[in-house]
Amino acid sequence: MSAPMLSVDGLQAWYGAAQILHDVSFNVGRGEVVALMGRNGAGKTTTMKALMGLVARRGALRFNGADISGLRPFEIARQGLGFTPEDRRIFSELTVMENLDIGRQPPRRFPGGQPAPVWTPQRLFELFPNLGEMPNRPGGRMSGGEQQMLTVARTLMGNPLMVLLDEPSEGVAPLIVEQMASTIIELKKEGLSILLSEQNIHFARLVSDRVYVLEKGEIHWQGSMAELSGNLDIQRAYLTV
Amino acid sequence: MTLDAFLFQALNGLSTASGLFFIAAGLSLIFGVTRIVNIAHGSLYMLGTYIAYTLATKIGGAFGFWGGIVLTALFVGVIGAAIEMLLLRRIYRAPELFQLLATFALVLIFNDMTLWLWGPEDLLGPRAPGLAGAVEIFGRRLPSYDLFLIFVAPAVLILLHFALAKSRFGRLVRAATQDREMVGALGVNQAVLFTSVFALGSLLAGLGGALQVAREPANLAMDLAVIGDAFVVVVVGGMGSITGAYLAAIIIAEVKALCIAIGVVDLGFIKFNASKFTLVAEFIVMAIVLIVRPYGLLGKPQGNVRSVAEPEAPIRPAAPLLKAFAAVVLALLLALPVVAQSSPYVMVLATDILIAVIFATSLHFIMGPGGMHSFGHAAYFGLGAYGAALLLKSAGFPMLAALLAAPAVALLGALLFGWFAVGLSGVYLAMLTLAFAQIVWAAVFQWETFTGGSNGVIGVWPTAPFNKAWVYYLLALALAVISVLLLRRFLFAPFGYAMRAGRDSALRAEAIGIDVKRIHWLGFAIAGGICGIAGGLFAFAKGSISPEAIAVGRSIDGLVMVLLGGIQTLVGPMVGASVFAMLQDTIMRQTEYWRGLLGCVILFLVLAFPQGIAGAFSMLWSRFDGKRGGRA
Repeated sequence: MSAPMLSVDGLQAWYGAAQILHDVSFNVGRGEVVALMGRNGAGKTTTMKALMGLVARRGALRFNGADISGLRPFEIARQGLGFTPEDRRIFSELTVMENLDIGRQPPRRFPGGQPAPVWTPQRLFELFPNLGEMPNRPGGRMSGGEQQMLTVARTLMGNPLMVLLDEPSEGVAPLIVEQMASTIIELKKEGLSILLSEQNIHFARLVSDRVYVLEKGEIHWQGSMAELSGNLDIQRAYLTV
Repeated sequence: MTLDAFLFQALNGLSTASGLFFIAAGLSLIFGVTRIVNIAHGSLYMLGTYIAYTLATKIGGAFGFWGGIVLTALFVGVIGAAIEMLLLRRIYRAPELFQLLATFALVLIFNDMTLWLWGPEDLLGPRAPGLAGAVEIFGRRLPSYDLFLIFVAPAVLILLHFALAKSRFGRLVRAATQDREMVGALGVNQAVLFTSVFALGSLLAGLGGALQVAREPANLAMDLAVIGDAFVVVVVGGMGSITGAYLAAIIIAEVKALCIAIGVVDLGFIKFNASKFTLVAEFIVMAIVLIVRPYGLLGKPQGNVRSVAEPEAPIRPAAPLLKAFAAVVLALLLALPVVAQSSPYVMVLATDILIAVIFATSLHFIMGPGGMHSFGHAAYFGLGAYGAALLLKSAGFPMLAALLAAPAVALLGALLFGWFAVGLSGVYLAMLTLAFAQIVWAAVFQWETFTGGSNGVIGVWPTAPFNKAWVYYLLALALAVISVLLLRRFLFAPFGYAMRAGRDSALRAEAIGIDVKRIHWLGFAIAGGICGIAGGLFAFAKGSISPEAIAVGRSIDGLVMVLLGGIQTLVGPMVGASVFAMLQDTIMRQTEYWRGLLGCVILFLVLAFPQGIAGAFSMLWSRFDGKRGGRA
């Protein structure tokens, strides 16, 4: 495999004075879906926020060949790293179309020169038909599942090379969970890399190639999804089964 | 009072509302996106009037006037952008109160700069070319320019409304008002957005000021007068709502106009002049609105505002070294009368400092550990001072009894005001406390028969043995030590822990059985009562008390003292008060431009020591101590 899309080495992160991540290292290849798994409080969300520069952090972070450890959040987003937060953070006063517009960025290319997928509201409405039915609805008056789709769609409007998906299956109906899984597979086909945070192995198993298991701010296990599926000890030790 | 005269005053109110709307809309926009309450917005408005005056008189003619207004607005917009880039950008992550202090420093600097550039005289601009006449309406003559102003405000409102609704800039502004961090994570450069919003808000203030050029003379008191009104308008209308700002501007301007229109009212048993209520009327409106609708008429609860400032470190009991240091300082203070026998001025200055220390420590008690940002601490100072003075003069209390009753009077006032105030938080709380302080101020100012009006109460001298400066100093020292120790005792008692818990997380504190509102109410009352001691001491130290001494400037002085010293330590307000009182008594009296100088000092301190003076020392100490881990 060529140089990874994202490589993280010795990542430490803090919330105020409390250190949450102690030493986290992993990488995500081009077009690969990697799951970051662990219980509540293991540091999954903090890892994603640290990658985006949203919390105090230290460590070697390389994305698409560039050092992003000193960049500010908007600069990181402009490198083509998209982020969909776990609490969705939809702009509730803005309509669906307006929310999408906030995420808009120019098209970009993969390192080799091939164009990365370009997203328009029309294309996204094909991917998420529900959203297409309510382009003028304010974000605050949508269901949790609809907001989950909107937050992914909003991030895709930035035409990212890689997406950080923080617990996309949390708190939404089973039907939406299935749709999220097929969306991830669709994005992978388009050549995007995805880092997925999950506590739920059933969902992660549907989409992920490889897994890193986090516990107390450190990586405790890594391997392929198939290996983890067969390893009940690890599942029992670090995951909610 | 005829109906025609009534309607005419109402029209007058509408044209006044237009100026209020421009400044309030700008203030509201800026607050929505940057979460900075720009106290200097009134100064930008004032600059607008002055610059438009200069352009209209120097260039002259229609172009000088109308073109001058446009140029002024643009120029003030550029000044706003410069303020954001050079100053505010450095302090977005600082605690909210530091930002307030920084913009207040700008008020001082702009005021002295204007004095230097334009001189102290009021400057009335020329009449508007093309609109110099008047129209006959309701049997009176209304200047055509006023009629023009009545229509300009809604025109700009509609323009702004569409810009916010339909443009990408407007969408970004609305999105950032809700969650600016997420906007950044989606690839939007917040720095550019913040600068442009600040420039737009400043442009509106400059436009509002420039439009006044043919209506009111430019003068140096405009900045604070107009910012007070603008705060009221923004809070009544709801922070971040442009339409709310327009609605509130009209309500406030109309209430004031109607007070004037009503004039003297004779209810048979009581006769009063309603036009005297203009001062207090807007604050009463604001107090009512805030009590009924805590987020203003069209405002929305500010969802979970993501704080970007570092969480506050808990206050810890003083280390043995600090305690020893405090004992040495106390011993020196006790010995001061012996050392300073030849200079009575030193005793007076030292007494002033002790009064400032009590005032600032009591304010710190609610601001720091209580987390309630009071902009009206002068109210309790005033209640204490007037309480003591009037009990001595009108009720014939002996001096010591009057002095001891001062905290009781202030406590009663704080219990009453606090009951309403603790239901609010953040900027809204600050504004309601300001409103209460203005009501107290206006009451003593306008209730001449009881309080002596603007002359105040005079002849409030201490009796023997306290009529000697050094004995009075020792009395002040004793009361200061008691006040500080009492507040400290409260802070490290379960009551203090509960108050801090309520500040850090009201929900979690409630969940473990703390009645947060009640605790904060009591905390507010205690701080008010202690502040009353400072007021009583002040009245007897000066021999008089007047409304001037309890005006909004006193509240601001208190904020400056607390923030100078730093809010994270108990020593902070004491250091801040001492430094501030000494600066005020020494350097400030030497120069005509002392306000600008004080402003520069504040800006320097804010930028150099975002933790306050005492905070900076304790940080240096802990660095030296090597206890801090090596985290970036």
